[in-house]
Amino acid sequence: MGKCLINNNIRSLRFNHGEMTQQQLADKVGVTRQTIFAIEKGNYSPSLELAFRIAFVFNLPLEEVFSFDLKNNNPEELN
Amino acid sequence: MSYQEKKNIVSLISTLLIFSLYSMYVFHMYQEGKFHTTDVFSFWGTFIVILIAVSIAVKIIIYIIFNIIYRITTNEKEPAFSDELDKLIKLKATTISHYVFVGGFFLAMGSLVMDVSPYVMFIILILSGVISEIVGLITEIYLYRRGF
Repeated sequence: MGKCLINNNIRSLRFNHGEMTQQQLADKVGVTRQTIFAIEKGNYSPSLELAFRIAFVFNLPLEEVFSFDLKNNNPEELN
Repeated sequence: MSYQEKKNIVSLISTLLIFSLYSMYVFHMYQEGKFHTTDVFSFWGTFIVILIAVSIAVKIIIYIIFNIIYRITTNEKEPAFSDELDKLIKLKATTISHYVFVGGFFLAMGSLVMDVSPYVMFIILILSGVISEIVGLITEIYLYRRGF
């Protein structure tokens, strides 16, 4: 199994939503600012619940906020 | 550097300072004959109980001072709760810390099996406790830096 990565575009979404700060987003989803920072940097893959909460804040479906990147892997292995 | 990283670094330094200063103090008192006891178990029991009590009291004071300094320097309030990332990191650090302590515990029991003096057993036990705490804190700092 290769390296799995969950990418996100939270940073640009924050910017497009009235230049929302990390702290404001953190308060809305119930985590600390450090956790939002870690997610944006790609250092932490959030739980499914937190991912849904973040998507809900931006009023977008989950797949428009997060994307799954399977590197160095044959996609057929997933089937 | 995040609040959690700073807090763990302060905790690491205070753990090292408390243990080394307290050990030096007891050693000094013992050499002067002020910390005198004929029973090995009573001596080490007293050492451990006082160390735990002193550690808790001093750490509470250090955390209060740290939080005051943090608020003044950053104009930010410390996080009032632990979220999922904090809990995951804490869990991993505690697991590693327990492994280290269990290793030290086995070493300490092994020293008794090999008929080594109870002094050695207690020293191994206390050191494994301190080292396990240090390893746990370093793990937390590492995971906050690198990500989880």
